[in-house]
Amino acid sequence: MLSVSEINFERYFEPVFLPVSFALEARGLLLVTGTNGCGKTTLIRVLAGILHPTSGDFIKRTESMGYVGHHLGIKDDLSVIENLRFMRDFLGTSSRSCTDVIQQVGLGRVSEQLARTLSAGQRKRCALARLLLSDTQLWLLDEPYSNLDQEGVELVDEMLTSHLQADGACVLATHGAHRPEWADTQDYRLISGAAA
Amino acid sequence: MTTERQAGSMTSAFFALLRRDLLLAFRRRTELLFPIIFLLVVVSLFPLGIGPGPQLLARIAPGVIWIAALLATVISLDALFRSDYEDGSLEQFVLSGHPLTLISLAKIVAHWLVAGLPLVLLSPLLAIWMNLPLESLGVMVLTLALGTPILSLIGSIGVGLTISLKRGGQLLSLLVFPLYVPILIIATAAVMAASDGLPYTAFLGLLVAGLITSLTLAPFAAAAALKISLS
Repeated sequence: MLSVSEINFERYFEPVFLPVSFALEARGLLLVTGTNGCGKTTLIRVLAGILHPTSGDFIKRTESMGYVGHHLGIKDDLSVIENLRFMRDFLGTSSRSCTDVIQQVGLGRVSEQLARTLSAGQRKRCALARLLLSDTQLWLLDEPYSNLDQEGVELVDEMLTSHLQADGACVLATHGAHRPEWADTQDYRLISGAAA
Repeated sequence: MTTERQAGSMTSAFFALLRRDLLLAFRRRTELLFPIIFLLVVVSLFPLGIGPGPQLLARIAPGVIWIAALLATVISLDALFRSDYEDGSLEQFVLSGHPLTLISLAKIVAHWLVAGLPLVLLSPLLAIWMNLPLESLGVMVLTLALGTPILSLIGSIGVGLTISLKRGGQLLSLLVFPLYVPILIIATAAVMAASDGLPYTAFLGLLVAGLITSLTLAPFAAAAALKISLS
C-alpha cells in the first residue's frame, strides 16, 4: 500500500531526518516515534504528498489517503455537522451518514455548535470523524492522541483497529506517550538530520 | 463510466466548496461588508475633496469608481486562500485527489460572488453619485461585470504565491497592481468613450478577451502557486 526507499527531505539545504525506507501492506501499522523536532510531522507530510522528497523514491503509494495533522482543517465558523457535511459532499465517497459518525466520535451533544466554541479535544474528534467519512485505505496520523482525554484515546484505538481489520493501513507519528495495540506493528525510530 | 463518475464527483466537489465559501462569507459578515463600505467611502470622498462641480465629477467618475473597485478587490483578496492555508483545509484539498485547479476555480468564483458582484450591483448608485451621464451608466456596469472577475482571477495567482508569507498582503498589492493596469485603462476608456458618444464596443471586446484568457489560465497558475507555497 505504501513503500518508500531512502526518502529524505531537506530544508535550507539541511536534511530534516535521516533517509527513511519501509514497506507497509494492508492491515499494517507503522509507528513512527522520535524526539521533538526529529521530523515526524515533515515525514508524514512527505508521505501525504504535501511536500516533495528531496531524494529517494516512492516505490508504491495508494492514492486513497486520509490525513490528520496539527492543522485540523476545520472551519471555525461552521458547526460540527456543517464541517462534516461539507467534507462528505466534497469527497463524495462516503457510505455513512454524518450523524452516525458524529455519534461515534462522541460529539452528538455539540453537533450544531460552531467549531470555534469547541475544546481542543473536541476539535481533534471532529477531524478524526472526517477519516470515518472518507473511506480511505491509508491513514496518516500525526500525533492523533494529543489533546484527547482517556475516552478519546480509546476512541482512536478503536477506530484504528476497525480500519486495520478492514484491510486498511496506517502510519502513525507519536512522541511515544501512548502506543496502540496491534499485532502487525512496525516500529520506526526517526532520527533527526542534525545527527548526521 | 469511471470518467463520468470522476466528472460527477468533481462537479459535486466544486459546488460543495462554492456553497461552503458562500456560507462562510455570510457568517463573517464584517469581512463581507468591509470592501463595500470601503468602496462607498472612497467614492464619496472625491466630491468632498475636489468640489461638487458636476462636469469635473462626470469626467473623473469612470477612473474614480474603477480605482475604488480595484482597491476594494485587493483588500478582500488576501482572504481568498489564507484561512484555508492556515487551518489546514488546503492540505485536505490536496489529499482529496480533486485537481487543485478546480478547487482554485471554485474559490475564485466564490470570491467574485462575495466581493466582485456587490461592486457591480452598487456601481449604478455610485455612477449617479458622481454625476456620470446616464448613457454611459450601462457601459460602466458592463465594464465592472466583465472586469471584476478578471481582478479576482489575476489576484488569485498573487494570493497563491504570497500565502505562506507572514505579511503577504502587503506584497500581494505590489504584485497584482501592475497586472491590473491594462484592465483599468481599457475599462475607463470604454466608459469615457461612451460618455463622449464614441464607439466603445472594441474596448468591451478587449475586456471579454481578457476575461476568457484569465478564466482559462489563472486557475492553473493559482493552483501551481499554491503547490509552491505549500511546499
